[in-house]
Amino acid sequence: MTPAIQQLAYIIATALFIFALHWMNTPATARKGVYAGVAGMAIAILVTWAQPGVVYHGWIVVALIAGTLVGIPLANVPLTAVPQRTALSHAFGGLAAGLVGTAKYYLWFSEGPENLTTFRMVAIILEILLGFLTFTGSLMAAGKLQEVKWIPQRPVTYPGQNFINLGLFAVALGIGVALTLHPTASWAPMLFPVVIGLSLLFGVLLIIPIGGADMPTVIAILNAYAGLSAVAMGFVLDNKLLITAGALDGSSGLILAIIMCKAMNRSFSNVLFGAFGQVQQLKAGGEQKVYKPETFEGAAQVLEQASLVVIIPGYGMAVAQAQHKVRELYDQLKKRGITVKFAIHPVAGRMPGHMNVLLAEADIPYTDLVEMDEINPDMPQCDVALVVGANDVVNPAARSDKSSPIFGMPIIDADRARTVFAIKRSKNPGFAGIDNDLYFSDRTWMLFGDAKAVIGELVKQLSGGSGMH
Amino acid sequence: MSANTAWASVPADSTVTTHAPADADIWSLLFVFVLSSFIGLGVIRRVSRLLHTPLMSITNAISAIAVIGSIIVTGGDFPPGIRAMGAVALFASMTNIVSGFLITNRMLKMFKSEDKRGEGGHA
Repeated sequence: MTPAIQQLAYIIATALFIFALHWMNTPATARKGVYAGVAGMAIAILVTWAQPGVVYHGWIVVALIAGTLVGIPLANVPLTAVPQRTALSHAFGGLAAGLVGTAKYYLWFSEGPENLTTFRMVAIILEILLGFLTFTGSLMAAGKLQEVKWIPQRPVTYPGQNFINLGLFAVALGIGVALTLHPTASWAPMLFPVVIGLSLLFGVLLIIPIGGADMPTVIAILNAYAGLSAVAMGFVLDNKLLITAGALDGSSGLILAIIMCKAMNRSFSNVLFGAFGQVQQLKAGGEQKVYKPETFEGAAQVLEQASLVVIIPGYGMAVAQAQHKVRELYDQLKKRGITVKFAIHPVAGRMPGHMNVLLAEADIPYTDLVEMDEINPDMPQCDVALVVGANDVVNPAARSDKSSPIFGMPIIDADRARTVFAIKRSKNPGFAGIDNDLYFSDRTWMLFGDAKAVIGELVKQLSGGSGMH
Repeated sequence: MSANTAWASVPADSTVTTHAPADADIWSLLFVFVLSSFIGLGVIRRVSRLLHTPLMSITNAISAIAVIGSIIVTGGDFPPGIRAMGAVALFASMTNIVSGFLITNRMLKMFKSEDKRGEGGHA
């Protein structure tokens, strides 16, 4: 394995990674993208393993086998658990980067201090800062998504939180600068673990104030961090493949985070400083508004008369595992020649694209999944908008009420449909504690109950009432 | 470290030796970083919004490219403590590669257009 062959192989691997992402632009070619990615990764691993500097193989084999054994079950989690699996894999990515950075620092400190140039030290410090904060931050995010008992689900906030977080980060950064200026000082190896400890702590503190509705943005940001830590590793190791692949991942996380921010009307800098989990407390009380409940029979009759039905899914659909029942309803309506579309808000669910995957799993053709911007002009022509476990993304207060915390957030215009049926588990306000005027509109009727049970009842009404069985 | 002599003519690649020239080619590394970021932005922008979840899992797998750094540290002629850190990093990266590509493929299999529905039947 000459260096030239190695570099050539790395260029090919980079090209394969770019194709992998390029083919994700449409579902028709996306699976080709996976094969390209696998090929690129296989080339990268084999070529690296074959280089002369790699002389011990036992541990490599053990680690590769162990990683495979853990990776296979992680790939087969239920699709409702995909957000936490994704967060967990960001944690693994961060850990790997942090450990390699640490290993390289101590190795060079003892065996080749002339390698610890300023540039490399900056890269090492960035690598361990990003790596370890991504590690604990992603673990916290995964814990929150998995609803692990000892991790609080609700955002935890306290006075001076941002001050403490930024202060802590500043201390870590300050020590990092000191280490960069004096990488070979006798105290340096003692201070290095302090940076690691502070990064680990910072990752935890960063995620504590974040609630479930903000998870799509946070996951996207952690994705970018994991990519950037790989880039930093590339700078440390003088390895261009690490830089290209890490940059691809970093830009993916960045774009997803920007899309999520836009979809929630939050500024990107706001998100970067982790201040966005704080939900303003709303004025309690106000006049008592009345829900208009509807029976399943009544709702089924209205659905039958419709020519365009738009279903708006939200996280509630995932929680109730209602996607398969939704498909049965879709089939019942389609059988009657009714046009059925799904309106997908970019932040519906707990990660980017969450709803699409669940609906695809339920065998609903992706051609009927429509983005918010495309469906909104059609909403006035929509006969029935059926809201399944979505709340904030259909709240008209985002358009009209300047005092609302979600004011300015783009929403799906469910309230412009001729009739709205909203499925709601209980009469309590939604996640953010924000009242939703949609539920009190004179066009809206409520179907109370678990989303899966309610849709099951609607399907039963439609299949019974049609006399076709 | 006898293999090092063969690499002496390739200063850009210090990964196999602990005694590489101290001045890495900083500018070409930064150049590569900036250009690949722009390629990434251009390519990712065109990814279908339908596929954002699979996109995230495939980029998870691709960012597990940290695997190559881990192999270099795990398999090098270094003290056991250093190599142990590399081995844990290698385990973590391999987990991401395997689960990332497998779950991406699993999810993508589910996306069907209207006319392809019913093929490849899963329950």
